[in-house]
Order: sequence, then structure tokens, then C-alpha cells
Amino acid sequence: MTNKQDQSFLGIIWDFFCSLKLAITTLILLALTSIIGTVVQQGKPAQEYIQEYGERVYRVFVALDFVDMYHSWWFLTLLNIFAVNLICCSIRRLPRILKLVKHPVLTPVEKHYRSFANRDEFTVPVAVDRAGDRLAAFMRKHFAAPVVTARDDRIHLFAQKMAWARFGVYVVHLSILIIFAGAIIGSVWGYKAYVNIAEGTSTDKVWPRDSQNPIAIGFEVRCDNFEVTYYPGTRRPKEFTSDLVVLEGGREVLKKTIEVNDPLSYRGLTFYQSSYGPAGEPVFKLTVTERSSGRKLKFEAQRGEHVALPDGSSFAISDYTDSYKSFGPAIQMHLNDKNEKHGNAFVVFQRFPEFDAQRGGAYSFAVDSFEQQYYTGLQVAKDPGVWVVWAGCFLLVAGCFSAFFLSHRRIWLTIEPAGDGSLIRVAGNAHRNQPAFEIFFEDFKSRLKEELTGRQTPESAPLPVVETNT
Amino acid sequence: MLSIKLFNITTIAYFGAMLAFISYLVIRNRTVALVANICCYVGFALHTAAIGMRWYESYQILGGDGRAPLSNLYESVVFFAWTILLIYILIDLKYRQRAIGAFVLPFAFFGMIWGQLYLSDAIDPLVPALQSNWLTYHVITCFLGYAAFAVACGVSIMYLIKARKGRDDGEGRDDGGVLALFPSTRVLDDINYKAIMIGFPLLSLGIITGAAWANYAWGTYWSWDPKETWSLIVWFVYAAFLHARFTRGWVGRKAAWLSVFGFVATIFCYLGVNLVLSGLHSYGGS
Ligand code: HEM
Repeated sequence: MTNKQDQSFLGIIWDFFCSLKLAITTLILLALTSIIGTVVQQGKPAQEYIQEYGERVYRVFVALDFVDMYHSWWFLTLLNIFAVNLICCSIRRLPRILKLVKHPVLTPVEKHYRSFANRDEFTVPVAVDRAGDRLAAFMRKHFAAPVVTARDDRIHLFAQKMAWARFGVYVVHLSILIIFAGAIIGSVWGYKAYVNIAEGTSTDKVWPRDSQNPIAIGFEVRCDNFEVTYYPGTRRPKEFTSDLVVLEGGREVLKKTIEVNDPLSYRGLTFYQSSYGPAGEPVFKLTVTERSSGRKLKFEAQRGEHVALPDGSSFAISDYTDSYKSFGPAIQMHLNDKNEKHGNAFVVFQRFPEFDAQRGGAYSFAVDSFEQQYYTGLQVAKDPGVWVVWAGCFLLVAGCFSAFFLSHRRIWLTIEPAGDGSLIRVAGNAHRNQPAFEIFFEDFKSRLKEELTGRQTPESAPLPVVETNT
Repeated sequence: MLSIKLFNITTIAYFGAMLAFISYLVIRNRTVALVANICCYVGFALHTAAIGMRWYESYQILGGDGRAPLSNLYESVVFFAWTILLIYILIDLKYRQRAIGAFVLPFAFFGMIWGQLYLSDAIDPLVPALQSNWLTYHVITCFLGYAAFAVACGVSIMYLIKARKGRDDGEGRDDGGVLALFPSTRVLDDINYKAIMIGFPLLSLGIITGAAWANYAWGTYWSWDPKETWSLIVWFVYAAFLHARFTRGWVGRKAAWLSVFGFVATIFCYLGVNLVLSGLHSYGGS
């Protein structure tokens, strides 16, 4: 292959990745393909798909990566094309914009003026120099300080406002790349894990979602207490809270009560309240009344445990519930005689301590309290890229506002001798919101005429910049 | 509750406005258009008062657990209608093209009537996952964005109707009929673009505040759940729209169609995901 052909091949590739058509096509393809992953559930076990779609369809799904499509090679390829497209397009256009902003045409000729939609020309009975001075002051007052260029027998004035608004679009595009970078940093150097901590215990390991091996986090987290609170008079949870303590070498360094929407952060790790459950068997506190003497005895018992009574018999709790019909917490228990023979099961209600006395027998039972230990389930996230993502998001929004609502506006004025007076050419241009600029320009023009033909101002201010091109 | 009564009157006002706008297109009487607009403005004032009232009532019912009325399907649809009116009024103040009302008010009216007739208007306290200020920022930005897209969609439909007749030369001169009351295709195209320019940054902010909230509550700013993904799909469609303006062949009717598709995707993102697909978000079911 000759060098020339090679270049044109590269040239074709370059043009392909610079094209806006590719951008639109990629955006629409991304939109369309993303739908798949919202219809087919993602990352479920194989049986679920087979049950819903059948074996054959499932195999097609796997071949096409539909079961985890947002991480599939083809979706990532689309995202890569998108990023490369963005980079190439910006590289191609940015130098042009820089040139346009940094080196504006300072000495336009008639041909330039004819190319503007907003333009005018008229003669005034004022000499070129005086007109130049006055118009420079006028522009500074009503628009922006002009660059003044005297060339041949003409004076050119040029002023612009908000030139940097041209870069808003590039800020938006760059911000997307920054967000991508943040996401990549997070997936390479971060992880998502979970850990369950029973009340009163601590852990120095967390379990990542995608592996069996725990990660040592280098410090300890203890859960002192977990609690669910309810809205008054309902079973509607109001808040799940865990009292967490961070320990370094056994020393408490940080305490926080976390709740949903208020996590704990320490050394780059964040712990989120995510679930809870019972840890171990509850401990029941019972008061037993000996019928013959009226003596009250206190016991602690766990489910299944045989607890000896003074007369040589024993009792055991076989079951419990938080709410037995509408009567509240209750336990089911039975007595065993001296020969370990089971008696009939009966129910004792926590809210009705007198109730069991009606059963008869040597002892009656009442539940004082029972304590269920809980574990708190925490999500653990380490994401060093998240601040990069937020920075990108901020730039995205700021860039959008500047791209849409700020406009780079420019005005040119040329004054040349015409008979006794001067011929004035004026033209203006805005890169956005033309209708608003049109109105501004009309107003600017009529004031300008008034300035030169109407009342005279005695002294005009010195000119800001004087450049003489030779 | 007083707020419910106010919402009912609001709905009636929007119904009146909608009928008047449509009659305006048919009988072409400027007074009718004025009546329609008065209905809009009065309805909007009542609507605003009703939302404020519901906010106040939430404190009466829930005590210290009162909250901004932005947290269930009923409240969201009512707020959506409010934002549509807000954007319509802004456009009306700038362009004074009353015919647009006939294509925008139906979105607000059908939203309101659906909310009033079929959705539960109970004020319940928030479950723990929803107790976050991010919820408020998220809902406000998303729905303002959606409303701008609703207006863009209404205007695009007008564009497509007008452009199909092929009697418009871009300056609004045509041979009469209902279409004479439509703004010129150039103005319609401009409003479509302006509305999307307002909607796009708002939707971006909506997605970002949603991500920030998810990160704060669960530790992941993005998990490809169907609601998130659909909001991204909507965002892609409008990004394509914005770029379409720089490429020949993608302007005019194609841009109008993109705007309509964009709004269909928006509605699916808002309702379809909960009613049709399953997801983590809370609006379903209620
Ligand atoms: C989702 C991703 C993207 C977003 C959010 C985005 C955003 C924007 C915005 C807001 C504008 C200004 C539009 C206007 O002035 O009406 C713009 C313009 C533009 N975008 Fe993008 N863009 C994206 C992707 C891309 C890609 C992949 C390319 C690749 C070629 C691209 C190339 C351009 C170009 C060439 C312009 C016109 C710049 C000018 O004013 O001369 N954009 N973009």
C-alpha cells in the first residue's frame, strides 16, 4: 500500500469519527438498545429466565449478552465509539473556535459587511477622526470596549461580548468524558460490598457482591444498637437506625447513628443502612407464680431450653410470635413432669399477665419481656471516582446553561471618508438567540445615528487600544 | 380536605380552557382565545394555592412529619400539570400565540382528571427511603424538564400538521382555514427548540439529583434500574435532537418527529416504567 492511499484511508476514518451524523446515530442506537435491558431483567439466575422465556430463548439471550447487556462488549463498544466521536469532533473544531475568538477579523472590507444579516451603512457630516473617537466612546458605553485599528484612511472598531460562551458546548462534551473517567476510576479502584453486624458485635471485614472472599477494611465497625421506629398507631416504618462505632486498634474513633439516607463515611468507605434481621434466639424474661405459696420466681429462658422449677418439674418455650391475632406478643410453652413427660402446650400473652392463672396447675406464668437481638445489614461502598463524576455533572449543567443561554455577540464599525463627512458601516452578529440580538442591534443603530447627527458631546474619552496595521 | 376541592376547581378551569382553545381554532374569535387564557391563568393561580394548601395540610395531618407534596403518584401528576401550565404561561408571555394552548392544555387537563378520578389522594407519611431533600430537588427538576418537553411535543404536532398541508412558506402566509391561526412553521420550530433548550438542562439536573440521591441512600449513583435507564434514553433522544439542528436532513419534520418521540419516551419513563415494567422506584402501586 502506498503512503498516499494509507493517508486517505486514515483520512476516511478520521472524517468518520468527526461526523455529527455518527453522533446522532450513536445517540439513537444507545437509546434504542438501552430499552432491551429495561424489558429483560438483568443479572438474574439462569432458572428464572428459562422459566419465563424457555431454554431456547435463554440461550439466544446469553449469546447476545441480553442478561447483562450494560456490561456487554457491544454496548461498551457503542459507548467507546461515542467517546471517540466526541474527542475527534472536539479536536477538529476547537482550534477553529479558538482562532475565531482570539483573532477576530479586525479590518473587515465591504465583502465582509455584505455577509451579515444585521448590517447598515450611512453617511454623516463628521470627519473620520472625530467620528472614530466618538464612536469608540459610544461603543464602550453601549456595548463593550472596542479594539480600534486605523488602516489607510479608515478607522475600524471591533468589540465583542461573552466570547467564552462559544466554549460552553465544549465544556458539555468534556464533562461527559469526565463522567466516563469517574465511572472507570470507581469500577477499577472501588467496590461494592455488604456486611451484617449483630447488635453488640463488631467486624473488620466486608463481603463484596461478586466474590466469596471477604475484604479486610483495616478498622473495626461495631453496631451497638439497631432499631425500627414506626409512625404512631401504624405498622408503617418511620426509620431504621443503627448506632455504629468505628474502632482503630480497639480505640473508639467515630460514633454515628446512621439511618436510610444518612450513611457513615470513614477512610473512603461509606456504610449505608440497608436491611436488618433477627440475630440468634430471643431471651424471654418470665415471672412464675407458685400457686401454693404465692411466691414469685424470676426466670430467663430461650426457646427449646428446659428450665427446672422448684418442685422438680420443668418448663420449655416452644414458640413465640410478635403478635398473636390481635392480642400482641405471645409465647407457646409446655410443662414437663419429673419423668420428663411432655404436658399440653399452652399460650401465654405478654399483655395479659393474669391470664395464665386461669389455667390451674402448680405454677402460673407471665411474660415480662423478651429481647430479640437484631443484626443490621449494611451496604458498603468504596468509590474514589465519585467526586470526579460530580465534577463532571457540575460542568455538564454549567456548560449546558452557557451553551444555551449565553450568546457571543460581536459588532464591527468601519469609518471611511466620504466627501466632507464619513461613511459608516456597521454590522453585528450573535452566535445564539438571533431575534433578541436583532432587537438590540436596531436599537444600537438608531442611538448611534443620533450620537453622530444629533447633539454634540464636547470631549470624548481617550481610546482604549490603538493598533496601526501597516 | 380543602386542597382536594381546589384541585377539582383547577381541573374544571383547565377543561374550560381546553374547550375554549379548541373553539378558538374552529370559530376564530379572538375573544374566545382571551377567555381560554383567563381560564389558564386563574386555574394556575388556584392550582398553586392548592399545592400550597396540601403542603400545609400535610403538617396538620402528620404533625412534624409533614412534607412537600411531591412524593406519590397523585402528587407527582398534579405537580406535572402545574409545571406544564408554568411553561405554557412563560411561552404565552413571550410569543402570544394562543393556538398553542389547544395543543398543550390537554396534557395538563388529562393529567389532572386522571389524578382526581383514579389516584389515591391520601396524605401518608414517607417511608424511610423517601425521607431526603434530594427527593424534592429531584422531582422539581425532572418535572419542569418533562413539562418543557410536553410543550415542545404540542408545538411539534402543530408543526407536523402545518407542514403536511404544505401551504406554508415559513413566514406564516397561507390560504386560511384553521391553520391560519397556527404560528408559522418557523416560529413553531423555534419554540420547539427553545422549549427543549429549557428542558434539556433541567432533565440533566433531574438525572443528576436522582443519581446523587441514590448515592446517598444506597451507595451507587447508577445501577441501570429501569427508571434510571429510561431517563437516560430520554436524555439521549433530546441530545440527538439538539445535534440534529447542525446536520442537514435532520431539521424541520425530522426534528419535530424526534421531539414527539422524545415526549413519548418521557411519558413512558414517568408512567410506563412503573405501570408496565418493574423497578425499584416508589410511585408504582400507589
Ligand atoms: C450525550 C452526549 C452529548 C451531549 C449532552 C451533547 C451536548 C451538546 C450541546 C448541549 C450542544 C449545543 C447544542 C446547541 O447549540 O443547540 C452540542 C453541540 C455540538 N455537539 Fe454535542 N453533545 C453530546 C455528544 C456529542 C457527540 C458524540 C459529538 C460528536 C461529534 C458532538 C458534537 C457536537 C457538535 C459538533 C456540536 C455543535 C457545536 C457548535 O456549536 O458548533 N456532541 N452538544
